[in-house]
Amino acid sequence: MAFLELNDVEKSYGENPVLRGVTLHIEKHQVVCLIGASGCGKSTLLRCVNALEEIQGGDIRLDGDVVSGEGIDVNALRRKVGIVFQSFNLFPHMSVLNNVTLSPIRVLGRSRADAEAQARTLLKRVGLEEKASAFPDQLSGGQQQRVAIIRALAMNPEVLLLDEITSALDPELVAEVLNIVRDLAEDGLTIIMATHEMSFAQEVADQIVFLHEGVVLEQGTPKEIFGAPTHERTQVFLKKIVAAGRL
Amino acid sequence: MTSDSISVAQPARAAQPAPVGSAQNTLLAGFLFSLVTVGLAVYACYLTIIVAETGIWTLVLGAATGIVVLLAIGTFVPLIRGVKQQARSTRAAANGDVVEARTYRSRAAHSAWVALGSCLPIVFIAVFTLFLLANDHAVQTTFFDASFMAKSVRDVTIAFGENIKIALLAEILVLGWALFIALARLMPTDAGRPIRWLATAYVDVFRAIPSIIVIYLVGFGLPLAGVPLLSDLGPTWSAVLALTLTYGAYVAEVYRAGIEGIHWSQVSAARSLGLSYGKTMRFVIVPQAVRKVTPPLLNDFIGLQKDTALVTVIGTVDAFTQAKIYSSNYFNLSSVTVVAILFIIITIPQTRFVDRLLARDARRQMSKG
Repeated sequence: MAFLELNDVEKSYGENPVLRGVTLHIEKHQVVCLIGASGCGKSTLLRCVNALEEIQGGDIRLDGDVVSGEGIDVNALRRKVGIVFQSFNLFPHMSVLNNVTLSPIRVLGRSRADAEAQARTLLKRVGLEEKASAFPDQLSGGQQQRVAIIRALAMNPEVLLLDEITSALDPELVAEVLNIVRDLAEDGLTIIMATHEMSFAQEVADQIVFLHEGVVLEQGTPKEIFGAPTHERTQVFLKKIVAAGRL
Repeated sequence: MTSDSISVAQPARAAQPAPVGSAQNTLLAGFLFSLVTVGLAVYACYLTIIVAETGIWTLVLGAATGIVVLLAIGTFVPLIRGVKQQARSTRAAANGDVVEARTYRSRAAHSAWVALGSCLPIVFIAVFTLFLLANDHAVQTTFFDASFMAKSVRDVTIAFGENIKIALLAEILVLGWALFIALARLMPTDAGRPIRWLATAYVDVFRAIPSIIVIYLVGFGLPLAGVPLLSDLGPTWSAVLALTLTYGAYVAEVYRAGIEGIHWSQVSAARSLGLSYGKTMRFVIVPQAVRKVTPPLLNDFIGLQKDTALVTVIGTVDAFTQAKIYSSNYFNLSSVTVVAILFIIITIPQTRFVDRLLARDARRQMSKG
């Protein structure tokens, strides 16, 4: 039994199927990168794991417990599973510090002093301790995304989902965000990451999962997937990535 | 005049020939309109001085119309500048300097438009003055009788306190009540559907009924029906209740628009951090929505403040009731004009205040750090 299991997960928006039976087993401390063309279901898969989307078939299990379907405590689940979005989604009316401390205070019931101390430690870790009282609009995209990451980390999640977190960034800001992800991976956090940053995936991932039209077409170590992809679709996809200079 | 067909026929001379005529036409229109303006202003000034018995208003109006005449004459300043620019354009065109001809023609046309634009408010003021002086300045004495205004101003202003009291109490209640209704209208899931219907019905009904009817029904109906508690409200609290009911419906829609205007990704972000629906609303969505809807909210509050004058129908002695007592005793409406002026005095600073708040908010979010 793996730490996080997706068993035959199906999800559709109305008539339009997005996930058509995805099965995926992820061990604790693994870093898994989801790759595939836009619209292949990467983001939807992550949103399902976080219960931001309901699934129509199959189940999702975290640490042995079924965490999908009716009647589950979504708020309890989300305390264990954090997510960071492509467009940061910081709360624009709150300072950086309040963005980070909101959930620890209001959901975990921690004291403000306690939560702020933790937030400052996290901010320091990502090099933003001086931005504690700034507002999101005053930060660069890279800074905003770093804040979004530690906002998720402040809940001490067991799994962190990263949904194309560098896709909305200017190229020169991508590294500062990826460096943090690399750090987290080295610390042993379980990470599932939808990404187009193939070189990063190759370097950091334990497992690469190639999604195509809502199914897992191929999965394996970076060496296997990038070195000798067996499926024709994977080969075509990776060829295009290489042609675009992304690998 | 240079027509398009000629300029197409001579493409070698200029890529974009200067149509000299158009600025001349605008200048001509400017001259005619300025003349009319001066005429009206002089006439208004003349009438003001001629018909007047000496009094404070005659002095004020005389001085004002004098200034209007000066302003009207002032519209010739940009016109003369325009004529000079036009002449320079024509000269340049004759010398074959197309660029300079075009530049100065454009400037001449702009000068003419400045003159035309300045004429409009001056004409408006002159016409308004003439209206005041109409029928042997009967309009002026009916609406703006200075001595009568002075006589009524004290009592009317004191009674205006009642309007302010009703408005403030109703506004405080509306802020909470309307948010409650808005959140009820946005209740999620099937379980919330009956609540959504109820809230929608409330909003539909109270936006449909004119506030004067609600005030009348609440003010007279509740005491008549002898409902416990509600029938002992008294006219002031009846008015507060009626206005809260009416404006609660309007402001609920304002809140709802604000809440729905917050991007769904904010909800995703909040929910993904483990915040419940209620906490997401309370800490993330509603605070942002309130900021967004401050201007329309204030518009509705200004409407509410003005509607406090309607309480006169249930016999509350507010500024309007007090002014009507004066006006019916003296057959003169100037006391009611005092009420109008009082409303203007309290309203304009509020709109400026909100503008400033919004600007400060925008600055704080944009430029710090």
